[in-house]
Amino acid sequence: MTGVSRQGRVLAALALLLAVAVVTPHTTPFLLLLVTRILILAILAMSLDLLLGFTGIASLGHAAFLGLGAYLTAILAVRYEFGLGWDFGLVILFGSVLGAATSAVFGLFAMRASGVYFLMITLALSQCVWGLAYRWDTLTGGDNGLNLPGRPVLGPIQLSNDTAYFYVVFAFFAVSLLALYVLVESPFGKSLVGIREHEVRMRILGYNTWLHKYIAFIVSGAFGGLAGVLWAQVSGQVSPDNVTLTTSVDALLMVVLGGPGTLLGGVLGAGIVLFLREYLSTLVPWWQYVLGGMYVLTIFYLPDGVLGTLRRRLRKARITPTVDARPRPRRGQELEINGGGIE
Amino acid sequence: MDAKFWLLQAFNGISYGALLFLLGSGLSLIFGVMRIVNLAHGSYFLLGSYVALTVIWTAGSWLLAIPVAALAIAAVGLLMERVFLRAVGSDPLRQVLLTFGFALLFQQAALDIWGGNNLEINPPAMLTRSLVVVGLYLPVYRIFMLALALAIGLALWLTLDRTRAGARVRATVDDAQMARGVGIDTSRVSTLIFALGALLAGLGGVIGGAFLGVYPGLDFDILPLAFAVVIIGGMGSLGGAAIGAVMVGLADNFGKVLFPQISYFTLYAPLVLLLAAKPTGLFGRE
Repeated sequence: MTGVSRQGRVLAALALLLAVAVVTPHTTPFLLLLVTRILILAILAMSLDLLLGFTGIASLGHAAFLGLGAYLTAILAVRYEFGLGWDFGLVILFGSVLGAATSAVFGLFAMRASGVYFLMITLALSQCVWGLAYRWDTLTGGDNGLNLPGRPVLGPIQLSNDTAYFYVVFAFFAVSLLALYVLVESPFGKSLVGIREHEVRMRILGYNTWLHKYIAFIVSGAFGGLAGVLWAQVSGQVSPDNVTLTTSVDALLMVVLGGPGTLLGGVLGAGIVLFLREYLSTLVPWWQYVLGGMYVLTIFYLPDGVLGTLRRRLRKARITPTVDARPRPRRGQELEINGGGIE
Repeated sequence: MDAKFWLLQAFNGISYGALLFLLGSGLSLIFGVMRIVNLAHGSYFLLGSYVALTVIWTAGSWLLAIPVAALAIAAVGLLMERVFLRAVGSDPLRQVLLTFGFALLFQQAALDIWGGNNLEINPPAMLTRSLVVVGLYLPVYRIFMLALALAIGLALWLTLDRTRAGARVRATVDDAQMARGVGIDTSRVSTLIFALGALLAGLGGVIGGAFLGVYPGLDFDILPLAFAVVIIGGMGSLGGAAIGAVMVGLADNFGKVLFPQISYFTLYAPLVLLLAAKPTGLFGRE
């Protein structure tokens, strides 16, 4: 399929992630917390990649799902003292369900538009969530947001310990990555890519493209909600800032910078963006020039993102010498595969 | 809540809408002609306020600040369009990310130059008084905003509707390829419209600075409202932008007064419904 075999790529990714899991707790406390945040926003970025990279629809309102999960966690913890023990598991479930349910409603509206109007309608939808977070202060704490009472205690394990919480986040990150990988490699995922490449053709082939996109939107919202729950507990605080346009556009940059359609690119993008926002900002007052410059440079010099560019280079290096030697029947095979899709 | 209350709130909403018209009409024209989603439009507004402050501090003239700030921001927009947006192509996602990058750069530059304090533009004393009309205290400044927006809206409409240059712009909005075919330099039309949009936003910044204050973050606070105006009116429609601006101004004002807890929700939720029913807005054409 590509220059580097799929098994090779999966193994390399696994080894890298394992290294992150093993090494991070032995670094500094600051870095531990930073990587925890990166992994959480990586879940958000991967969920957006499912839409942007695999389905080809760009949402300008993904912060809404992060915000919903985060506010649900904070409101349950602060107002109902729920989710401070083992019931945190339920909060995670509720957060994902809330994300999925909301995107099921949002999707009904958003899917009516396409292209630039899809950007506009998703922006308007996330502004609805932001408006409630900002103004409904008896529930959400308004502009000040809500401070959580502390991370849950699971029997003998105190998640207020950053190392323990890191492992929890890492576990959910790994599960999300696996689930999304299985999804995009499944026939359903392949249909999404087909829609991205040529929606009309897919419709002619008999696929219900609207339903495919709708389901992708719901799944994406579910993982966005999950990321929100984890995010609320890592920062110990939620505020309307989590739901602003800035957060939505940052998520888009994470995907585009890392490489749309690669899943792991979202992790890389989240790493770079959060490194700038949370680390560089502590070092120099002019860090935002670097972040803004990153946006501009990505658009002009890395249209396929870091991983996408890397993959193209590798593919070129491997394929170029064998182009002429490639056996003819391969084309026939491809046709057959396509033919199978028609049935 | 008597008639006076409703009249006063309606006046406040409509005059706020006048400010939003300055911001939204430019954004709408830019989208109509070039199909560009410009997330740096709020930055033009904020930069306009800041440039005006500098003029007022150095030259001491509020009146002089208006044209200087508007022209300075037009120059910023012109450069951005010529050097960067032109090169990025027509993919809306890439435009969004590029213009957002510029919004971040502008924000940081504004912070470095003007600092992080909340500032305010003080208009001449003549404009800070109140008029009493049928028992209502109406701030003169809001009346001035309304008059200015009306004058500019009228001038824009006359230019677009009655002049040769306006006909070129309309032709480009309707069908850029065809316009090129009959010899219209659509590239120049695009640049001029983008600069005009930036100019209007910068002007809005000078006028709005006395009204909303000038502070870091105002750019991203005002940007979604500008898009709300454009969405309602339909992108590329001047009359639509005017109606959209008044509707957003009224919805914002009455929402905050009548049901403060869900006021922004009541502003954006109807937008969603409108977009779902008619993606191109009330007066937009596809």
